Amino acid sequence: MRHVVSVIVENKPGVLARIAGLFSRRGYNIDSLAVGITENPDFSRITLVVHGDDIIIEQIVKQLYKLIDTYKVIDLTKQTHIEREMALVKISVTASTRSEIIEIADIFRAKIIDVSEKNLVIELTGDQDKIEGFLVLIKKFGIVELVRTGSIAIQRG
Amino acid sequence: MTDKIKGSKILLESLKQENVTDIFGYPGGVLLDIYDEIYNSDINHFLVRHEQAAAHAADGYARSSGKVGVCLATSGPGATNLVTGIANAYMDSIPMVALTGQVSVNLIGKDSFQEADITGITMPITKHNFLVKSVKDLAETIKKAFYIARTGRPGPVLIDLPKDITQARIPFEYPKDINIPSYKPTYKGSIKQIKVAIDLMQKALKPVILAGGGIIASNASAELRELVSLTGIPVSSTLMGIGSYPYNDKLSLKMPGMHGTAYANYAVHDSDLIIAIGMRFDDRITGKLETFAPKAKIIHIDIDPAEIGKCIQPTVPIVGDAKQVLKDMIELLKETPVEPKKEWLEIVQDLKEKHPLSYKQTGDVIYPQFVMETINQLTKGEAIIATEVGTHQMWAAQFLNHLHPRHFLSSGGLGTMGFGFPAAIGAQVANPDKLVIDIAGDGSIQMNIQELSTVAYYKLPVKVIIINNRYLGMVRQWQELFYEGRYSHVDLEGKQPDFVKIAEAYDVLGLRAEKPSELKKVLEKAFSHNGPVFVDVVVNREESVYPFVPAGGVLNKMLFSERT
Ligand SMILES: Cc1ncc(C[n+]2csc(CCOP(=O)(O)OP(=O)(O)O)c2C)c(N)n1
Repeated sequence: MRHVVSVIVENKPGVLARIAGLFSRRGYNIDSLAVGITENPDFSRITLVVHGDDIIIEQIVKQLYKLIDTYKVIDLTKQTHIEREMALVKISVTASTRSEIIEIADIFRAKIIDVSEKNLVIELTGDQDKIEGFLVLIKKFGIVELVRTGSIAIQRG
Repeated sequence: MTDKIKGSKILLESLKQENVTDIFGYPGGVLLDIYDEIYNSDINHFLVRHEQAAAHAADGYARSSGKVGVCLATSGPGATNLVTGIANAYMDSIPMVALTGQVSVNLIGKDSFQEADITGITMPITKHNFLVKSVKDLAETIKKAFYIARTGRPGPVLIDLPKDITQARIPFEYPKDINIPSYKPTYKGSIKQIKVAIDLMQKALKPVILAGGGIIASNASAELRELVSLTGIPVSSTLMGIGSYPYNDKLSLKMPGMHGTAYANYAVHDSDLIIAIGMRFDDRITGKLETFAPKAKIIHIDIDPAEIGKCIQPTVPIVGDAKQVLKDMIELLKETPVEPKKEWLEIVQDLKEKHPLSYKQTGDVIYPQFVMETINQLTKGEAIIATEVGTHQMWAAQFLNHLHPRHFLSSGGLGTMGFGFPAAIGAQVANPDKLVIDIAGDGSIQMNIQELSTVAYYKLPVKVIIINNRYLGMVRQWQELFYEGRYSHVDLEGKQPDFVKIAEAYDVLGLRAEKPSELKKVLEKAFSHNGPVFVDVVVNREESVYPFVPAGGVLNKMLFSERT
């Protein structure tokens, strides 16, 4: 099962290396990882998307806790939460496809942030499903380049 | 305002504050300021001959005394030479602080002379590590390092000290307390869970205690003994738990697992309740996880929550310090006693009588097991014994009469050849009045044989007993059993040095025994000699260790020697 795990760590150099190293060393797979500072500049929040059964996830959580710099680990999957990732997509366009692409972008509430003769750059945020759905629809026009951030997530309420 | 003092002096003053009296180290360029400070310090510094030995010595010091062991090495190659010793301490949860020199802060990351990213290298093998980038952080970092190393599940902590930090000056103040909000070990186990555990102990018909290194780390040996006397539950100690329960007791099953006693393995396999204390279900203990103790419910007590459920899903998990949990358990047991399981104890006694550890003496040649028995006879189980890794290590675990905690020092998790001799050095420094023995293989001893110079220089009366089979015996045994006797690169015969002459070259007493009739006299002479001794005991070449549960096997399906 897919789990979203939020890890609050001390905002110090080397912490990310410890977390990433833990995953490779213990043989766990990370689907995505996003890091940024929190409301308190002493702490960073790492959002991890990982796959595994309950026993593996429990081990991952415990192993993360074992790192001295780890302050808190929350398995958000067990709570109602909101999840977002961002994608920047460069799509090749022609005069005849431009309007159709813009229409699709509108439906997904994506933003067109760069236009040239040959390409459009579209910015899209949403959960994984929305991003996947968008990519399926525009694939046929030709995706020149795709950048995704990985998920970040927060508890509701 | 106090005077400004150099970082190197802050280091030494901080070590004093942590009650460090002994350091094992080796100098180098970036350590010059620290060594200059050591020159007029009253901390004893032991100059080893290889940094790996410094780490193992600090480890043996810690294992035998319960104090934090401290080692010191220079940047680059000095630091990387510590790596095996740090990994060894990490696998066995030994409290240690490793100090490494580093190039000056402005040179870090530039592939400078003798630069190695030692914090990066040791991330997976330390409990935590630090790179000190400002002298302002130095004292606090040292305080934190010792705190992390000795609390919770103990382990090695490394502090990397850039040269300019050791030269910078600042007023010294050692912090009284430190607070690491993200690090709060749990010492007290849940009373609710302990009650559930006691309930299971009352209902069980065939319970067994598996006692691990956690009991020794938390000094819970007395509590374990009390628990056993209250409940009559038999105890099997893992390699790391050896000494937590006396081998000569009726309820001792000695060691379980790959080279465990047959009776421990049968008992564990048949048991309906396992009380695992401070042990981590290593594959050398369990064999194949799916077939481990198939009928048993499991109570797992450990201070490290991540150990619980890592290999075996327990029925009752208890997170807490072994000593605390056992104390609470004992209190509650006094109110709700557990009746001894008479039938089970008869079965266990019967197993012990039917399948004792044994060997068959033939010919006029020394058997390794006979060496262990002779050591028992001479030391009465009072010596501190370190071992290297191999068949000799397993015979030491099986046949020596282990009576006390912190008296058996063996590389459990990493299985490090070369560990024993320097570990014995550390133990001798920590226990100057005790007889300290290293049981060595002729292969292993050559991994840190240069430490003969250290014992000679400091007059450390360590006795090394080399079980000389002219083979890398343990590997030879596997090749015999699983590779049709194709002895690939394990035969040391003919290329072996003369160990007596080597000892003499270092001004250490060298002795040799080749016949059973000589052994006792030679060992007596070694043990009564007021200085270090190398004893070359020439033994039966192809003796193997039994019983043997092949890797990934089932505990009750052991191989036994054909000769006994
Ligand atoms: C540093 C290291 N290298 C290799 C091994 C693999 N190994 C395990 S036991 C063994 C043979 C040990 O030989 P010896 O020290 O002579 O002891 P014996 O088994 O003969 O008693 C080897 C090579 C190891 N454990 N450690």
